Amino acid sequence: MSAPIYLDYQATTPVDPRVLEEMLPYFGEIYGNAASRSHAFGWQAEEAVGQGRERIAHLIGASAKEIVFTSGSTEGINLAMKGVAQMYGSKGKHIITSQAEHKAVLDTAKRLEKDGFEVTYLAPDSTGRHSAEQVAEALREDTILVTIMWANNEIGSINPIREIGAVCKERGVLFFTDGTQAVGKLPVDVEADNVDLLCLSGHKLYGPKGVGALYVRRRNPRVRLVAQMDGGGHERGMRSGTLNVPAIVGLGKACELCEIDMDTDREHALSLRTRFEEKIFGALDHVHLNGHPEHRLPACSNLSFAYVEGESMIMGISNLAVSSGSACTSASLEPSHVLQSMGVGDELSHSSIRFGFGRFTSEEDVDVATEQVIAAVKRLRELSPLYEMVQEGVDLSKIQWDAH
Amino acid sequence: MAYSDKVLEHYNNPRNVGSLDKSADDVGTGVVGAPECGDVMKLQIQVEGDTIVDAKFKTFGCGSAIASSSLATEWLKGRSLDDAMAINNTEIVQELSLPPVKIHCSVLAEDAIKAAINDFKSKQGTDPSQA
Repeated sequence: MSAPIYLDYQATTPVDPRVLEEMLPYFGEIYGNAASRSHAFGWQAEEAVGQGRERIAHLIGASAKEIVFTSGSTEGINLAMKGVAQMYGSKGKHIITSQAEHKAVLDTAKRLEKDGFEVTYLAPDSTGRHSAEQVAEALREDTILVTIMWANNEIGSINPIREIGAVCKERGVLFFTDGTQAVGKLPVDVEADNVDLLCLSGHKLYGPKGVGALYVRRRNPRVRLVAQMDGGGHERGMRSGTLNVPAIVGLGKACELCEIDMDTDREHALSLRTRFEEKIFGALDHVHLNGHPEHRLPACSNLSFAYVEGESMIMGISNLAVSSGSACTSASLEPSHVLQSMGVGDELSHSSIRFGFGRFTSEEDVDVATEQVIAAVKRLRELSPLYEMVQEGVDLSKIQWDAH
Repeated sequence: MAYSDKVLEHYNNPRNVGSLDKSADDVGTGVVGAPECGDVMKLQIQVEGDTIVDAKFKTFGCGSAIASSSLATEWLKGRSLDDAMAINNTEIVQELSLPPVKIHCSVLAEDAIKAAINDFKSKQGTDPSQA
């Protein structure tokens, strides 16, 4: 079997060697606690943290004082949503979000519902996107927070964040966006894009795992949060806990590289994706693109191969590292909630595979992957009673299946 | 998810893939499952006298579902209808070392076997419920 090919860049990215190099000294000779104000060891660490903060802020058009370090986006989401809800809960109890959000948002929203908040879960359109008008219509007098992700992790669809942010701003409602998939890949400017809170994660942009940041607006308006972690009052009281200096150094470097390389990265990913999709659609019938054809992360291609079940597909391309929206593959037994929210039927959800390309994917990787995908789909369709029925002209929707 | 060697072997070299003429009198066809559940099995048997002389399958489903139906066709060939009717899903679970989350695949295969036999019997004018 040939060497495995990594095509799961939306799940995680490898650490860029330039990032790793910058981190290494902070595991060794530079070991101070950034909160130690009384000696040079602490000052050195504090300086490194400060540089990381600057680099992150620069990438998203924020100021360094607006960056709160976290362990990653799950924590950033929890802190933003619970922190806002608890701080502003006396002003209103209504929160708006999307059915297509990551589980970290949906589960946090569910927790807030148990705590007495009311949450509206907007359904995305068939391409997985929301419009500013849709958000505007859902806003109420008692709405305190809108949470809509920048780009979707499963299908890559990009929401009109600037327009949604403008609607929220006009109505005086805080706007939090999960920027995990977008930051470093798309231009992000929290000022122009009208964002009040934004989370990002190191390992999605060629930095280390276990570190992320939450942007918290300081002016127009000044956003206040109730801390979810009590302790030494680090991060201006919003997130206590000793800072993970090497990881912060890595996150900062990763952000700097993403800013410098953004155009190159995007063109590289787009050319690979185009190459991939043209060949797949040329060779196979009954393939569906999940997500928006244009308003989509350049590196993401989520395809449903009708009449082929996702897990068997993944077995057939076992040296390609990809994800499936089929129930059997993930820990849960439900097919992808994102595809369901867009109105993709269960059948096509079970047949979906997400291919993700990135900075270190080569054309050769894509060519090998394309060949294997085409061969696997053809083989599995030979095995598929559904494909046979369709070839015979049977309308599958008219069959009385015995669901079990 | 880790697959047993036997599941992988059946997945990579499925036995008896194909279709028999479902309108033929000596052929019984069972189609079980539903596309929205992520698995559909079509299992067919050809019967001479009381003996299954050929079996074919096509499956839309995960690797364990493909392996379960492939194994079922292997076991069916040469068996009497009564012996085939007695095949239990737990035998499939054991043979393929299926983990608990994949037991439904073996249940589906057992259902497919029974559906195919019942289809054959109803073609012969035997009421399956009396069989």
